[in-house]
Amino acid sequence: MHSAVGQESALTQPMSGVARLSRLRAGRRYMRHNVSLVVGLLLLLTLALFVGLGHMAVDTSKSRALSAPVLRPPSLQYPFGTDRQGRDLLATMVAGTPLTLRIGFMAGFLGVGMGTILGFVSAYYRGKIDTLIRSIVDIGLTVPGLLVLIIIAISLKKSLTVNQMALVVASLAWLNPTRTIRAQVLSLRERGYVEVARLSGMSGPEIIVKELIPNLLPYLAATLVNAVSSAILASIGLEVLGLGPVDAPTLGMTLYWVNYNAALINGWWWWWLAPLVIILIVFLGLFFLTVGLDEIANPRLRRAG
Amino acid sequence: MQLRYVAKRCGVFLLIVWLAATLNFFLPRLSGQDPVREKLLQQAQLGGYVQAGIEAMVREYEQRFGLDKPLWSQYLAYLHDMSRLRFNYSISHYPRTVNEIMAEAIPWTVGLLGTTTVLSFTIGTLLGALLAWPRAPRSLRLLMPPLWALHAIPFFLCGLILMYLLAFQLQWLPMFGGYTAGAFPGLTLAFVSDVLQHAVLPALSIILVATGGWALTMRGMMVTTQGEDYVTFAEAKGLKGRTVFLRYCVRNAILPQTTALALALGQILSGAVLVEVIFAYPGIGTVLFHAIRENDHFLIQGIVFSVIVALGVATLLLDVLYPWLDPRITYRRA
Repeated sequence: MHSAVGQESALTQPMSGVARLSRLRAGRRYMRHNVSLVVGLLLLLTLALFVGLGHMAVDTSKSRALSAPVLRPPSLQYPFGTDRQGRDLLATMVAGTPLTLRIGFMAGFLGVGMGTILGFVSAYYRGKIDTLIRSIVDIGLTVPGLLVLIIIAISLKKSLTVNQMALVVASLAWLNPTRTIRAQVLSLRERGYVEVARLSGMSGPEIIVKELIPNLLPYLAATLVNAVSSAILASIGLEVLGLGPVDAPTLGMTLYWVNYNAALINGWWWWWLAPLVIILIVFLGLFFLTVGLDEIANPRLRRAG
Repeated sequence: MQLRYVAKRCGVFLLIVWLAATLNFFLPRLSGQDPVREKLLQQAQLGGYVQAGIEAMVREYEQRFGLDKPLWSQYLAYLHDMSRLRFNYSISHYPRTVNEIMAEAIPWTVGLLGTTTVLSFTIGTLLGALLAWPRAPRSLRLLMPPLWALHAIPFFLCGLILMYLLAFQLQWLPMFGGYTAGAFPGLTLAFVSDVLQHAVLPALSIILVATGGWALTMRGMMVTTQGEDYVTFAEAKGLKGRTVFLRYCVRNAILPQTTALALALGQILSGAVLVEVIFAYPGIGTVLFHAIRENDHFLIQGIVFSVIVALGVATLLLDVLYPWLDPRITYRRA
C-alpha cells in the first residue's frame, strides 16, 4: 500500500521531535529542509550499524535452531532472549535482517530495472505498444499481488531459498515502477530540451539515455526505495503465511515461528519484539527516504504519482 | 458513449477472470509435474477413514485432467469448472467442498474489509481535506506525524502491537477468533456483541494504518486544488467558506482519491489476509493460511480465483460509478 497512496513533502508541516534530531547535524542548509531524508537515512544507518557490529560481535551460527537453551527472556548472555526452538534471537536478527533486505533489494532492483525499460518504451514510443503495456499494468495492479505470489510460490518446488524468494517477489515488482516511470516520462518528453534534442537530430535511444535518464535519476531513486519497501512487505507476507525459506532466519520467518508457536498469547514478548522493532525501522526508514528523495525529484509538486 | 465505456470495463473484467483462471491452470504445471495430482496421490496413499472418497476424487481428477488428455482439453475442462465457480473438493477436509468452506468464511472477510475500507476511506478523506484547509483548527495538525508513521507500517504489525497492548496486557478485548469458542451462533444480542468485540482489534489495525494513507493523498490533492483559479473565483464571489470547501475543493480533490481506491483494493486485501492470520479471524485469509499449511491446492486455487473475481467486480463497480462522480470521463475517448 505504500505505492497507492502518495507522499507529502516534509516542508509543509512541523515535526518537532524529528526536527530537533536533524538540527543537530544541520551542517548543510538543504538537510535542514529535507527532514525526511535525514530521518530515513538515520534509521537505515542505525540498522546497518546494528547488522555490521552484530556480525563482528555475535556468532551468527547461533541463529540455527537448537543452538541455545529454549525460551529464555532477555538476559546478559542472550540480550534478545531465545526462542522455543533454541535460536539466539540476537544472532537471528543479525543474520536475518540482511537476508530480508537482500530479498527486498534484489526484487526492488529487478522490478525498477524492468519498470524503467517498459515505462520508457511505453511513454517514449506511444502507440500500440503503449496501449499494450499500460493495459497489462492496469490489470496487474488491480489484482491482489500477495495472492498471485502465493500461487507462484506453491507452484514451485517445496521450499524456496532466499534468492528464489526474491525472484518470486520480483515477478510482480515491476508493475508499479512501470506505471510511475511511464507517467513521469510522458510529462518529461514534452519539455523544451527534449524537443531541442529531437530537432538537433538525436535518435530516440540517445535522447532517452542522454536527456531523459539524467533528469529522472532522483525520481528513479524514489521509485526504487518504494519498490524495495513493497518487495519486503510482500516477502514478509509470504513468509508469515508459511511459504518462505524454512531454514533461513529472515525477519518474516521469525514472525512465522512467532505465529506458529502462538508466542504472543503465551507471553513470550521478547520473541516478537525484536523482529517487530526491526521491521518497523526498515519500513519507516524506507518511507522517510522515499519522501525525502521525492522532494529532491519534484520540489514544486508536493505529491508523487 | 456511456454504453461503450461500460462495455469496455466489462471486457477488462472478463479478461482479468480469464487470466486468473489461466494462471491457476498453467502455473502449477510449469514445473513439468502437476503438484495437484501429486498431492492427491499422496493423500490417497496415506489412507485413513476417508480413503474411499479420496480415491474416487483421484479417479475423477484423472478422468478430467489425466495425462492421456491433451493439454488444451484439460485446460478447457478447467475453464469450464472455473466459469461455474466449481472448485472441487477440499483435499484436506475431504468430504467438504471448497465452495462450502469458502461460503462460511466469506461473510467474515466481507464484513471486516467492507467496514474498514469504507470507514478508513471516509475518515481519511475528510481528515485530509481538513488538514489542508487553512481555516480548520490548528490542533488537527498534531495528527500529522502519527498518521505519517502509521501509514508506513504494514497492517499486521499494527495488529500485533494492538493485540499485545489492548488484548494481552489490558485485557479490554478478546485476543483472537471471530467469536468466543463455544458461543452459540445466532441472532441474539449477546452473540452479536461478542462478534463485534472480536472484530474491533482486526478492524482497528486496518483502519489506523489505512486512514493515514487516505488522509495524506487527500491533503496533497487539496493543496493542489486550492491553488486553482476557480477556487479563487469562488472566494472572490463571496461564497461561504463551507461552500467553497465542500463544493469546490473537496468535490474536485475527491476524484483522484476514488481512482486510487480502485487501485488500492488489491493491496488492502493482501494486507487484510495477514491481519486475519494474526488474529485467527475466521475469514478467507485464515482459511487460506491453513490451506497453505496443508498443501490443499484446490482450496488455495479456489480462494485465489474467487478473490480475484470479487475484487474485479468491486473495481468494475467503482469504474462504472466513476463517470457519475466525474461527468467529464464519459466524453473521453473510451
